[in-house]
Amino acid sequence: MSESIVLALSHLVEIENLILILAGVTGGIVVGALPGLTATMAIALLVPFTFTMNAVNGLITLGAIYCGAIYGGCFSAILIGTPGTPSAIATVFDGYPMARKGEAEQAIVTATGGSVVGGLIGATMLLLLSPLLAKAALKFGPPEYFWMAVFGLTIIATLASKSILKGLIGGAFGLLLSTIGMSPIAGDVRFSFGQPELQGGVELMTALIGFFCIPEILFMVEQRAKMYTLITYKRRKGITSSTLMKVIQKPFLLIRSAVIGAVVGIVPGAGGNIAALVSYNEAVRASNTPDEFGKGHMDGIVASETANNAEVGGSLVPLLTLGIPGAPPAAVLLGALLLQGMRPGAELYTVHAEITYTFLFSLFVANIFLLPVGIYGGRAFSRLVTIVPMKFLAPTVAFLTIIGSYAIRNNIMDVVIMLVCGLFGYIGRKLGFHPGPIVLGLILGKICETGLVQSVLMGKASGSTWMLFFGRPISLVLIFLCLLSALWPFVANALKKRGVLNLDVPEEEGKEEDSELG
Amino acid sequence: MKSRTLKTVLSGVVALVFVFGVAVTAPAAFPEKQINYIICFNPGGQSDVTARVQQKDLAEALGVPVVMQYKVGAGGAVGWTALVRSKRDGYTIAGNNIPHIILQPLMRKNPGYQTDQLVPIYLFETTPIGLAVRNDSPFMTAQDFMDFAEKNKGVITVAGVGTYTGHHITYLQFTDLTGLKLTYIPFTGAAPQVAAFIGGHSTAIFGNSNNLVDHKDKIRVLAMGTEKRFKPFFPDVPTFKELGINMTAGISRGVCAPPDTPADRIAVLEKAFDTVCRGKNFVGKMEEMGFEVNNLGAAEFKAWLDGKKKEYTELLKKLGQIK
Repeated sequence: MSESIVLALSHLVEIENLILILAGVTGGIVVGALPGLTATMAIALLVPFTFTMNAVNGLITLGAIYCGAIYGGCFSAILIGTPGTPSAIATVFDGYPMARKGEAEQAIVTATGGSVVGGLIGATMLLLLSPLLAKAALKFGPPEYFWMAVFGLTIIATLASKSILKGLIGGAFGLLLSTIGMSPIAGDVRFSFGQPELQGGVELMTALIGFFCIPEILFMVEQRAKMYTLITYKRRKGITSSTLMKVIQKPFLLIRSAVIGAVVGIVPGAGGNIAALVSYNEAVRASNTPDEFGKGHMDGIVASETANNAEVGGSLVPLLTLGIPGAPPAAVLLGALLLQGMRPGAELYTVHAEITYTFLFSLFVANIFLLPVGIYGGRAFSRLVTIVPMKFLAPTVAFLTIIGSYAIRNNIMDVVIMLVCGLFGYIGRKLGFHPGPIVLGLILGKICETGLVQSVLMGKASGSTWMLFFGRPISLVLIFLCLLSALWPFVANALKKRGVLNLDVPEEEGKEEDSELG
Repeated sequence: MKSRTLKTVLSGVVALVFVFGVAVTAPAAFPEKQINYIICFNPGGQSDVTARVQQKDLAEALGVPVVMQYKVGAGGAVGWTALVRSKRDGYTIAGNNIPHIILQPLMRKNPGYQTDQLVPIYLFETTPIGLAVRNDSPFMTAQDFMDFAEKNKGVITVAGVGTYTGHHITYLQFTDLTGLKLTYIPFTGAAPQVAAFIGGHSTAIFGNSNNLVDHKDKIRVLAMGTEKRFKPFFPDVPTFKELGINMTAGISRGVCAPPDTPADRIAVLEKAFDTVCRGKNFVGKMEEMGFEVNNLGAAEFKAWLDGKKKEYTELLKKLGQIK
């Protein structure tokens, strides 16, 4: 293993890989900075371009894009008051007021500093936790996978949507989609409507592109008249270093936000926006001057940006070990991993150790690159936010969705499925359904079904199905977590009434949709 | 104006006649452009790896580039469906896996293709399937295993990949021939199957030879589905046949063409594959990975395929799985 770590480090200093990371980070920031183009979308659209690369190059590029895109969201959050990606929502609260006060540069430097620290802490947690969890993953048998999937589904109800009912409906719809095609266990074909092409089911990447990209394109077209007023700024001497010093002098805030971000990332399905909101909320509670928040307080930006970048590493922990993505962008990475023939689990750290560790280490490099790229390229990125006209952007992205969905399996049916998913996604969003729960249902449906049927078979062989589901220690922990997360909304409500818990965050103006997952 | 149009049409006709005349008298050499090689499973999977080993040599033998095209899904059915719908000119071929291409049309209402529509070109490789338990298992020999299964019906769980697949048909044949009752647990792929078995979630495994080789320090192989002993890796492990169970078990791979592909083109491809698959590069790589090399030409492949189809059809009829 130590040998593969050395090899991984040597891959990392290869100039080709460093260039890919730099390109990935820069590309990610550009996409992240453009309002309407989310991190999930950035990765989903760019995955097909990594097909021709080898596994190392492909994965580090995607990892860098993920880091860049999550960070890039801060530019539009700060300069036009609209989050570039949903995870930058909490950055708007203090970032935009700060920019209006004429402190745009300070705000961006603060966000950059927070993002780098958060990203590095998240990557560290990933590096330390995932090999351990991967080893433990062997203890995960069919019943544990079943409960893990159920846990993921209960998260939908509590975190993934403002409305529990809509979250559940979305999740159920996703579960239904997952049943199309060949059943994972019995091999019989379901809901193919006589179309042999549908035997293969709904490809995850296809659905992701459809649900996450098509509605965004349509929204872009709808809002074409919307003009953003950009707060311009000039880089002034001394501001960068003095602001970064101020950020570093908040170790508690940084570490707390990063840990919150990483932990929320690990929880299946909860994305960067939730990480940032929870972290922001905690920062307000812990602060001596809670009234300052929302009016342009540095700490608010630090809390949000540190958490959402720490979430990147966290969201990859369950992905690499159990194949369950911690956030939607990580779900796209799952598709990329599988396409490279790498299955999540212990094998990533044994058979594919060299590739896996190169990928893990590349996340550190990517996060460090955020600093120079963000600070020196900051003005260029912020100009981009308003300069790129929708009339070019929307068709380009639309074109990429078609190419992307076809390239995955070279199947024209996938393009049709993608468009149908896109249409559903668009109508759904108009009605308040978010793509997150649907996609989570699609992913977890297969895992859940497989685990359930296998467990029943195992139970029959062992003589007690009951014991198999409820008698295994890891299963019991997971069942407890399921109950906890399913009952959480009620508990939270009760606590709120008593005033113990305050989860209210300043209402954000402007972009109201898109606040969930992403 | 009019005469000009007439002139154009006339010269067009003349040109066409000329082109066709040439085409009829001297058939164009095959192949003269790139060959598309459809891979029906994910990149990095066994089907892809074997095809990749052939790719360069094949391009050399045919004198044209060979390009991999991935059409993945439904246990290969998506790719084979695409193949039977593609042009019948020999420029599109696909890897085919047995028993998949026999069992899917038998068991599914509309898999999109029929076994006989996939015209055999060449069969080049078999991945033998073996029966194994973990090192810490009390079953030291296949006999121990069978004795226990005899007394405890259905208690032993065996992990396999999928239903009506190579592993499942192995399980069906094994239980049919021995009269034992086991519980077959299907997994969605070799990786989760092996992980669950190593992690102690099933008693035994019907595993692909390469997976058994990878984990040989953690497991005990009880029997192999090869014709003769699997010498390079498990010389001491008996075959099913040695144990008196008259079966072989494995997943075989070959290439096929769409229905009605001209026979002379099949012959060209067959010859190229024969050269490649007898070559040092291919044979060396296959043995290194724990696969068996086969060299069945189009006719032999067809005969072998028909035999297997009959064998499986009879078994499934006997078990009441099909009518």
